[in-house]
Amino acid sequence: MSIAVIDYGSGNLTSAAKAVERAAHELGLAATVTVTADPAVIADASHIVLPGQGAFSECRRGLAAVPGLEAALQEAVIARGRPFFGICVGMQLLAREGHEHGTHAGLGWIDGVVEPLELSDKTLKIPHMGWNDLIVDQPTHPVLAGVRTGDHVYFVHSYEFVPASPGDCLAHADYGGPVTAMVARANLVGTQFHPEKSQAVGLRLIANFLKWRP
Amino acid sequence: MLKARIIPCLDVKDGRVVKGINFVDLVDAGDPVEQAQIYDAAGADELTFLDITASSDDRATLYDIVARTARACFMPLTVGGGVRQVEDVRKLLLAGADKASINTAAVNRPALVAEAAQKFGSQCIVVAIDAKQSGPGRWEVFTHGGRTPTGLDTVDWARRMAAAGAGEILLTSMDRDGTRTGFDIALTRAVSDAVPVPVIASGGVGTLDHLVEGIRDGGASAVLAASIFHFGLFTIAQAKARMKAAGVPIRDVG
Repeated sequence: MSIAVIDYGSGNLTSAAKAVERAAHELGLAATVTVTADPAVIADASHIVLPGQGAFSECRRGLAAVPGLEAALQEAVIARGRPFFGICVGMQLLAREGHEHGTHAGLGWIDGVVEPLELSDKTLKIPHMGWNDLIVDQPTHPVLAGVRTGDHVYFVHSYEFVPASPGDCLAHADYGGPVTAMVARANLVGTQFHPEKSQAVGLRLIANFLKWRP
Repeated sequence: MLKARIIPCLDVKDGRVVKGINFVDLVDAGDPVEQAQIYDAAGADELTFLDITASSDDRATLYDIVARTARACFMPLTVGGGVRQVEDVRKLLLAGADKASINTAAVNRPALVAEAAQKFGSQCIVVAIDAKQSGPGRWEVFTHGGRTPTGLDTVDWARRMAAAGAGEILLTSMDRDGTRTGFDIALTRAVSDAVPVPVIASGGVGTLDHLVEGIRDGGASAVLAASIFHFGLFTIAQAKARMKAAGVPIRDVG
């Protein structure tokens, strides 16, 4: 098993890579985790992890700036159906469109838009930062095995993915209303929260992803 | 629902913890990584390293500590102390820190906060403010560990930093720091009400009820404490139990 953690100049890749290594180790899987933007490595990877921090627009630009990267992702994830895990802005990039600092096209792999958090309670702080409990919408999804409503994960974001089809939402959290926490479709899964920062629950999600045969 | 966070803070000097857990069964009580792992296992919600190394020539040691911690602990890690330029933020993030805390350098050059936030995102930029009461309902910003007055009003400064792109404010009362008499609640409330971003209350925790007050009365999103945890006065689990009993939403341990 070889996992490519995509490096396009966004944020803390070390944590994501180390969490994948730990989860693989705990499963007893022989896994190579490579932080990379190399299309050849991505083509050979069995699993793709796309982290992302900061603004949607910046991340989108970063992704486009690496020659051949998007084409390699398209080939591995869409054409070949390799399991894909997007984290935070890496998950938001799955959307058709992001509305942070202007309107920007996303990868469009899961239809929906990324919009500012709309909070009914105006005293709530933005970003939505800290530990919030998951409300699982689709408990039978393999990546959610052993993860239950009420389990806590670590969020930090000011924008959220609003999927066009509610069926693409695997789990949400409550922060002045429902906030998309996790999306999935076919071989794609994405979390708004940071599994690599969510202690045991996060490692379980990553382990489930590594075992997943979509 | 979002939970209030409990954040232990470790003071690190020349790669060693100088104010940390005082447990006899530690193999190496001065190793920040080992202490971080203890707090990770204990259910701390985040962890903060404050580098108080006097000189700046030993940054490599700090980056190594951050990297080793990030390999061992899967929880959010903030690192402060000695962050002077955008490049320092980048190095901390690359080493595995999730947030960099900027204090004196933000006062010296406020544009640094905007530049760092634009480059890495507000979510990883914490502005630390050391405040001292200067009159009724007024607090002045101090730098250099509370030694240098700046003439800046704390509430104004916090607003300005949030507008510049700080994703979080770490607010320390210099009047209360080390006194164990509780947070400066009026200060915490004034800043928390003034900024849209989360505020971490710091300085003065001596009892578990102080933690409750910081959230409930001060309006903070998180509470930072050092000595009550390090010296074994209380555990993270006890702190969470007390906060829960007082009606503060917390994440259960285990």
